[in-house]
Amino acid sequence: MTALGSPDPGFGIYVHWPFCLSKCPYCDFNSHVRQAPVDEARFLSAFRQELAHRAALTPGRRVRSVFFGGGTPSLMRPATVGSILDAIGGHWEVEADAEVTLEANPTSVEATRFQGYRAAGINRVSLGVQALNDPDLKALGRLHSADEALAAVAIAARHFERFSFDLMYARPGQTANAWKAELHGAIDRAAEHLSLYQLTIEPDTMFERLYKAGKLAVPDPEQARVLWEVTQELTAARGLPAYEVSNHARPGAESRHNLVYWRYGEYAGVGPGAHGRILTPDGRRAHSTERHPEMWLTVVEGEGHGLVADEGLSSEEQGDEFLLMGLRLAEGIDPARFAALAGRTIDGTRVASLIGDGLVERSSTGRLRVTREGFPVLDMVVADLAA
Amino acid sequence: MSMDGCPGDAIEAGGTRAPLGKTPLPCYAPRMTAQKLDNIRNFSIVAHIDHGKSTLADRLIQHTGTVALRDMSEQMLDSMDIERERGITIKAQTVRLDYVAADGKSYVLNLMDTPGHVDFAYEVSRSLAACEGSLLVVDASQGVEAQTLANVYQALDAGHEIVPVLNKIDLPAAEPERIRQQIEDVIGLDASEAVEISAKTGLNIEGVLEAIVAKLPPPKGDAEAPLKALLVDSWYDAYLGVVVLVRIIDGSMKKGSRIQTMATGAHYEVDRIGVFKPKMTNVASLGPGEVGFITAQIKDVADTRVGDTITDERKPTAQALPGFKPAQPVVFCGLFPVDAADFDDLRAAMGRLRLNDASFSFEMESSAALGFGFRCGFLGLLHLEIVQERLEREFNLDLIATAPSVVYEIALRDGTAIDLHNPADMPDVMKIEEIREPWIQAKILTPDEYLGGILKLCQDRRGVQTDLSYVGSRAMLTYELPLNEVVFDFYDRLKSISKGYASFDYHITDYKAGDLVKMQVLVNAEPVDALSMLVHRDRAEMRGRAMVDKLKDLIPQHMFQIPIQAAIGGKIIARETIRALRKDVTAKCYGGDVSRKRKLLEKQKAGKKKMRQFGKVEIPQAAFIAALKMDA
Repeated sequence: MTALGSPDPGFGIYVHWPFCLSKCPYCDFNSHVRQAPVDEARFLSAFRQELAHRAALTPGRRVRSVFFGGGTPSLMRPATVGSILDAIGGHWEVEADAEVTLEANPTSVEATRFQGYRAAGINRVSLGVQALNDPDLKALGRLHSADEALAAVAIAARHFERFSFDLMYARPGQTANAWKAELHGAIDRAAEHLSLYQLTIEPDTMFERLYKAGKLAVPDPEQARVLWEVTQELTAARGLPAYEVSNHARPGAESRHNLVYWRYGEYAGVGPGAHGRILTPDGRRAHSTERHPEMWLTVVEGEGHGLVADEGLSSEEQGDEFLLMGLRLAEGIDPARFAALAGRTIDGTRVASLIGDGLVERSSTGRLRVTREGFPVLDMVVADLAA
Repeated sequence: MSMDGCPGDAIEAGGTRAPLGKTPLPCYAPRMTAQKLDNIRNFSIVAHIDHGKSTLADRLIQHTGTVALRDMSEQMLDSMDIERERGITIKAQTVRLDYVAADGKSYVLNLMDTPGHVDFAYEVSRSLAACEGSLLVVDASQGVEAQTLANVYQALDAGHEIVPVLNKIDLPAAEPERIRQQIEDVIGLDASEAVEISAKTGLNIEGVLEAIVAKLPPPKGDAEAPLKALLVDSWYDAYLGVVVLVRIIDGSMKKGSRIQTMATGAHYEVDRIGVFKPKMTNVASLGPGEVGFITAQIKDVADTRVGDTITDERKPTAQALPGFKPAQPVVFCGLFPVDAADFDDLRAAMGRLRLNDASFSFEMESSAALGFGFRCGFLGLLHLEIVQERLEREFNLDLIATAPSVVYEIALRDGTAIDLHNPADMPDVMKIEEIREPWIQAKILTPDEYLGGILKLCQDRRGVQTDLSYVGSRAMLTYELPLNEVVFDFYDRLKSISKGYASFDYHITDYKAGDLVKMQVLVNAEPVDALSMLVHRDRAEMRGRAMVDKLKDLIPQHMFQIPIQAAIGGKIIARETIRALRKDVTAKCYGGDVSRKRKLLEKQKAGKKKMRQFGKVEIPQAAFIAALKMDA
């Protein structure tokens, strides 16, 4: 199951469940809190309609991965999840070792459903642990405690062969030593995969308001860089090196779903505020759906799909997206594929200059990849190569 | 490409320079014969900005019935948008007013509206030479300003009779007695019979007209002598070609007259002759003392130099009028398109603009930092600003202007001398004997309370005080200053120190040798030519420090550390460092939503297009613009 090294970037399906029990103050994802119970049957029926619509656009594809993201998809009943997977199986051929991931909150309540998800066809969970100490969890607005999260991780380990969990670093006041200790604790419990995100202040979030009001202090770029270095060294030493900017895995245990994105493969996105990239006879198209959950329902029920954007991508746009995604991976990009997508070659002068600065390098097979020095300033590297 | 507001384009055949031309009247040719000299008065108006010159002109036009009330617009004689907005006059304009005076006689009053700024001092002097008298308009509460002084002295030099007019007499703050006294004290004019008016309300406009008739002398001239006419101004009109504003001294001109310009030596046949009322109105001929326009199939305004003498081709006058001077740019700067792709448009726009403004010069220049552009010469800073603004506004171009530089005379060791317009062209210092820079005499009028700050400003700018006197509660300062210290944000500093109350005027006096050095700015050890400048050695460190300090905040962080240095020769006089960018990576790119990231990237790419690559450093254009506009 070596996902890496596969020449075909593959085809994946993303299913967005837009509800959460509460909104985390750092989160800018399409998530919504509802007081009344959500009508899962109605949503299921809309998901089925959207899947049928996308299936008609992608005949003959083999599904490499399905990903339930959110929101909090672990708020869905296992039966709903199972029905969605059945629908997918009905429309497409699914690869025998397809990765089927569900994001879950590591609470005791949700852990009780893990068995049901396993039975429904989920074979990998990704747990939003975020921190392993209670004060920080509280500050991040999480509803679970550290102990509860670790218990959920243990339950996940019993039910799923593959699981991952997320941690956030560069939290207010976080020191390098505290992060090291936390990271060791995480790796002790993580079998194969960890997502380690730097806390970023996103627009239109509670954290942004606090930050702008001077009530939230996050580490400055220098300190963030120190924490980044700690992360790279420690995970590599413990056998989970970064294969993407924020994702670490034992070799072979990379998330195949996210690799579809980063390798600029094809993916269909269903549900409110989901995104897709589909190859059609007219070229690559960018899809996105209505973000608001109930509005999405109405649109799907009326039109048979929830798409609000369905745009052809120009060569330049495809080249930009390919660089944005591909350079996030340690494996880097194939310059020939960039040329095929963008209709131009990468500016040799810029490449040479970045190589001279030690920020990118060429692999023995001719791939272009970002170096250890380059990753912390990747956005600038991408802007340089894309220009 | 819009030429709105350009006087040339506003003219239509039979139309007028003023915006009234939008509804052109049929061109009629009344049997106007040459006027009797005794019934002509040619006058200009001398006033400080905002003291009411344009409003008074409007009232005179209205009161004499020259334009029907319904056709009146504000500031009739200022036809360019820039003129209206800034309250200044750039091109000379004229209007012929027919007035029946209290004595029962009909008079022809030619109002010559002159440019009111020192940048156009020569143009002003030629306009004044076309008149015998001036109205001195002074705000009855504000009093005499520095600019008023300079202009009124010029009018006196031109031999004018002066009629003082106290305007805004209706305002509660008006103090006519005090201002009358001030005019007598400061200018030495008898102001006892000053006409008190309110141009705004139209109060006593009749009094002004009567004073013009009674106090100003009629022109002199000989109708039988060979033609001698002053070329007062000229401009390009898309329909008519070059239109020439003339004042006849001797002889006469009519349609079909064969003429020649004495300085440029060109020959033409007059195909159209008329006066401004203010619409262009054809007349049969123009005789001594009259002011009007001609067209003569002239293609280029550069062939019609302000101050030139027009005479009869077959029977030329023996002596040209005195005082002809070719336009001499004193301030230079580089103008570059923000988007390199606009270079050809810029070239075309400059060509169009020069059709109307022969005093502005340009030649191609290339800068490592800014790409291809033009080195342009101007009559002064206001002229520079006006040209830049017109290029941006009328031709829709985004421009970067480099630091204004004066013309330096460089004496070389081999005995030759060169004029240096661009610091980038400075010869090797080893070859230089000395560098001479232009000096000015500046007059500053300021309320007493700001005097200290202004004295310090002038001292800091290497000024030498030559006079300090008081006009009521205001100080009048005379300073000798190097022009290169003035072109560099002196106005802005003066305005901020005096909260806008000080007025300022200058003229170039001479060139003096100075201890001038070329200061270079190095970004990441690469010299940035657009930022190099000639400065006095004593001022170099301060200027260098201010420059690197500013650039430090204007250049974005890069992936490496960037030293920014100011240097004279090999010696670093100031240094700052931009630290390397340490962390700039999107942590989460997930859920397949790459559209949002792509849009951010597109913005970044567009921004990069507006940057100039300097070695390995990309400098945003905003940085050049801001750095060059620095305040010391």
